[in-house]
Amino acid sequence: MRVVHHPILGNLPEVQQVRIWVDGKEIAARKGEPIAAAIAAAGIKIHRHTTKREEPRGIFCGIGQCTDCVMVVNGVPNVRTCITPVTEGMTVETQHGAGRGGR
Amino acid sequence: MREVDLAVVGAGPAGLTAAIEGAKRGYSTVVLDMNPRPGGQLIKQIHKFFGSREHRAGTRGIEIADTLFYEAASAGVEVIVEAEVYAIHDSTLEVVVQTFAEDSLILPSEEATTSRSRPLSIAARRIVLATGGAENALSFAGWTLPGVMGAGAAQTMINLWRVLPGERILMVGAGNVGLIVSYQLMQAGGEVVAVIEATPRIGGYGVHAAKIRRAGIPILTSHTIVSASGESRVERAVIAKVDASWEIVPGSEQELEVDTICIAVGLYPNARLASLAGCELHYFPGLGGWIPVHNSRMETTVSGIYVAGDLSGVEEASTALEEGRLAGICAAASLGKERAGDHDEIKAIEGRLLGLRSGPFCQHRQDAKQELIGIGEAQCPQQ
Repeated sequence: MRVVHHPILGNLPEVQQVRIWVDGKEIAARKGEPIAAAIAAAGIKIHRHTTKREEPRGIFCGIGQCTDCVMVVNGVPNVRTCITPVTEGMTVETQHGAGRGGR
Repeated sequence: MREVDLAVVGAGPAGLTAAIEGAKRGYSTVVLDMNPRPGGQLIKQIHKFFGSREHRAGTRGIEIADTLFYEAASAGVEVIVEAEVYAIHDSTLEVVVQTFAEDSLILPSEEATTSRSRPLSIAARRIVLATGGAENALSFAGWTLPGVMGAGAAQTMINLWRVLPGERILMVGAGNVGLIVSYQLMQAGGEVVAVIEATPRIGGYGVHAAKIRRAGIPILTSHTIVSASGESRVERAVIAKVDASWEIVPGSEQELEVDTICIAVGLYPNARLASLAGCELHYFPGLGGWIPVHNSRMETTVSGIYVAGDLSGVEEASTALEEGRLAGICAAASLGKERAGDHDEIKAIEGRLLGLRSGPFCQHRQDAKQELIGIGEAQCPQQ
């Protein structure tokens, strides 16, 4: 959910929209925001499934330290979505295990 | 191979101040940061800082970040973002600049390429590591479920990216981070169901706790989290009372319907790069964990490598600003151009650091830092 009104920060400023595709579904993102923010705003919580037990994982640290939020971005696995900004036409996929070819 | 006088890793309060001091003295200075924008964790601090005027009390962290970045840019510091330093050997930093963006934010030089990943080697005469800290995790049943996250992660999402990660939130930990982030989650439109704290006392400042309580949110001391559960994501949490020996009081369990559980149980110094660089580490629980041993000039056991900020002990942004300046001045002075005012400036910084580390909440940090510096004076290279 977007924080549109805020008592300190004011209203959410308008910025250019960027379209990304998450597991084939189009999502409207805000230019400059990281992938993790765009998909959280779209209500998506699962970023990947672990290698051995296929357990779901989502955002944990949000600042590039823990690697829990990695996904496959433009075909590249293990991209930290919390510190990687969206770009127009970017494709993002839920990662399974170590990513493409890595299971 | 790029060659610079001073390379700084981390563009937070410590890294930027260190870089400003180096550049002000005429040394070529580059700052590397893996995040897409500089400022470190200041960029999500929307509350007004406490303390004295010289530590910018009454100013919000986001404003301090802007001021620092402007000051650094004016001094001629080059800040490279989305740049991960993955190794340091023989005074050389191995960096990978990763970006998917075509108009990459490499500032202010135009070295960016459109490639996703570009290696860069930087030989530096002096290095300041200001890699900051990271949030501690907490192990309980269901702790890996999506929806369990660091309180700082939630703070980043709401204040920086303006996305509320969940609607009904349980905060675990009533230190300053737990209290401040709870309040900020409310400001962002979230519903904080409760703040729980395993110790019998609220750890954070009374003024923050009072704001939470005035909003009707219970702060439950002597309570811990037992479990999180749900179908592929957090749907509920079980909390319970703990007794004086930290055992769960049978029958005290209660179930809370929440979609997000924020963990605010402290931070640890992010010493991975320092360790890779060969800096000797020492364990200081009162400062967050393993810390690179350093002397009073902030130099580590590896000659020419300095540390500052949360990496050299988890403290506050105000101490990071001072330590960064100290490390920057000392690193620059060791390059041969000690300025007339350097000595007085170092003494003034030390005095302000002492002030920041006094009082009932902070004296333990002064004691631990003193012990750390004592070890450092014996083990680190002599000037």
